Amino acid sequence: MALSETTRAELESILDRYPNPRSALGPMLHLVQSEEGYVSPAGIELCADVLDLTPAEVAAVATFYTMYKRHPVGKHHIGVCINPQCGILGGEAIWQSLVDDLGIGHDETTEDGQFTIERIECQAACTYAPVMTVDWEFMDRATVDSAREVIAKLRAGEEVDSTRGPKIRSFQETERSIAGFDDGLADADGNCADDVMLAGLNLAKEQNMPFPEPSRAGEGS
Amino acid sequence: MTTLLTPNLTAHWDEKDSHTVAGYERHGGYSALRKALAMQPDDVIGVVKDSGLRGRGGAGFPTGLKWSFVPQGDGNPHYLVVNADESEPGACKDIPLLLASSQHLIEGMIITSYAIRANHAFVYIRGEVPHVIRRMFAAVREAYDAGYLGKNILGSGYDLDITIHAGAGAYICGEETALLDSLEGRRGQPRLKPPFPAVAGLYASPTVVNNVETIMSVPAIMRNGADWYKSYGTEKSPGIKVFSVSGHVKRPGVYEAPLGITMRELLDYAGGIRDGHELKFFVVGGSSVPLLTGEHLDAPLSYEGMEEVGTMLGTATPMVFDETVSVVRAITGWLDFYKHESCGKCTPCREGTWWINQLLHRLNEGTGEMEDLDKLNDICAQILGRSFCALGDAAATPYPAAMKYFADEFQAGTHTASADTFDHAASIVFPGVKS
Repeated sequence: MALSETTRAELESILDRYPNPRSALGPMLHLVQSEEGYVSPAGIELCADVLDLTPAEVAAVATFYTMYKRHPVGKHHIGVCINPQCGILGGEAIWQSLVDDLGIGHDETTEDGQFTIERIECQAACTYAPVMTVDWEFMDRATVDSAREVIAKLRAGEEVDSTRGPKIRSFQETERSIAGFDDGLADADGNCADDVMLAGLNLAKEQNMPFPEPSRAGEGS
Repeated sequence: MTTLLTPNLTAHWDEKDSHTVAGYERHGGYSALRKALAMQPDDVIGVVKDSGLRGRGGAGFPTGLKWSFVPQGDGNPHYLVVNADESEPGACKDIPLLLASSQHLIEGMIITSYAIRANHAFVYIRGEVPHVIRRMFAAVREAYDAGYLGKNILGSGYDLDITIHAGAGAYICGEETALLDSLEGRRGQPRLKPPFPAVAGLYASPTVVNNVETIMSVPAIMRNGADWYKSYGTEKSPGIKVFSVSGHVKRPGVYEAPLGITMRELLDYAGGIRDGHELKFFVVGGSSVPLLTGEHLDAPLSYEGMEEVGTMLGTATPMVFDETVSVVRAITGWLDFYKHESCGKCTPCREGTWWINQLLHRLNEGTGEMEDLDKLNDICAQILGRSFCALGDAAATPYPAAMKYFADEFQAGTHTASADTFDHAASIVFPGVKS
């Protein structure tokens, strides 16, 4: 897909967020991925043109960060956290089942273009270990079975909810959200508080522990 | 006496709109801003200095002191950059805070920016968390609509804009100068210090870089005063801390408590170790700090308390592992991480992480040699203090600490794979996986 004039205008609109244009490059590359499915040579050229940089300067940035992909990603990007906490608590087993089921390895895409799988590092969700991501939306407390079910549903074109609200769309649509374009999903699940986030608060209330700011605690309960 | 939990930033998370302006204002949100804007900026810095608040990102540097390093009347723009690049293995407290206390952060940012005379502030959020990124974009829009951001905030004559910025998957960008390079649209590699960011940071202008939780702690300090804040915690580690407890515990989750609480107490709140198992080791401050064992359960979780037992409080996000876990496997996994995340700028870290990694892998596979054990210590000693930034130091930390308590497991790596000594399937927290 060729990058359109609309894309160029959207790339340029990112510059308005910053005092210095070059700061826009990070989100611009995310936007390129949302259009192209990866950071394409054409996307690098376009970013360079908009920012008055050389393509080499843009490529230097694009190749530093693991989220910028150098070849097309499948419709869905599946990440499994294999950092020790998640990996030991079940992430490695989930990863192995994906590899066995899909017949592909790290950073590879299924022949039908549906799935790209990646061994990912710590996602700051260790209290939910093991964690899997689909198009970077979180699938907390994953199991081998839940991972298989997600893949089967996506294959069948069925709806899949992430555990923190938004339903799964596609890698490219998520990349647009990361680039900072409103998708209307910010309030998909209120404040996202679940039993993990509320673990301490619930205990404190059950056991009548005094809150540090008593007036505020009284108003809320 | 048992240390009680102290929900403060998390006090209203059981209300589904705790992240909105309305949900926040319902419980006194933005009253601290009114108070601060009526004060002189230097007096705001004074209150935070007096509170003893220390940076919650891991290093524990005194926050008010950091702010006071920003030169005044220098004619340059000043910037506040919030480090929301939470990526330290084990740390998962900033992400929930951003999700459920979004407006706490914005109020804290306005107060901080006012104090350091900044008119533009940034939140650098790791790229892999779209749910947090869209949440913070929405939170900023809401704050503009409510008149808390933009021109002439609350009629004070003070202006502030906030920009939300998403990273793209690089742990190194949690290092403050690498973060600044990344925010400038460059490869995220650390800068030589000095000059420190307070003098030459973003766009070579004076910049304060603070962690999410640090900034969120500011409004409550302004509302209630420095003495109130200091009445929690210890003398050297004042205040309240958000702990995330993960791993082989019955109730993994977020627990807010005063600094100085012990791991035994926190473990108890988290329901203890899962049934039928016992504690083997825990890591308090993220994978970058030395691990501890059962003998350290009563050491206070404070900056000084952790130093006394040879480790660091770091992010204060304990990971807990039971007896089914191979220490060699865990340490090898963490070194995979540091090798993957080393930015390549300096030789000790770029090369050293690969060397450590190779030796650890063969120990994990049972094909190591006895001399590997000393060689690893030598390599770690060569990296520690000789690399460009703290990532190298972090990579050199896990192995020597693990050797101190679990030398026999590393020695076994000269003849037996960790998978043969340990049943890795037994460490899995969901049923159905056979070894």
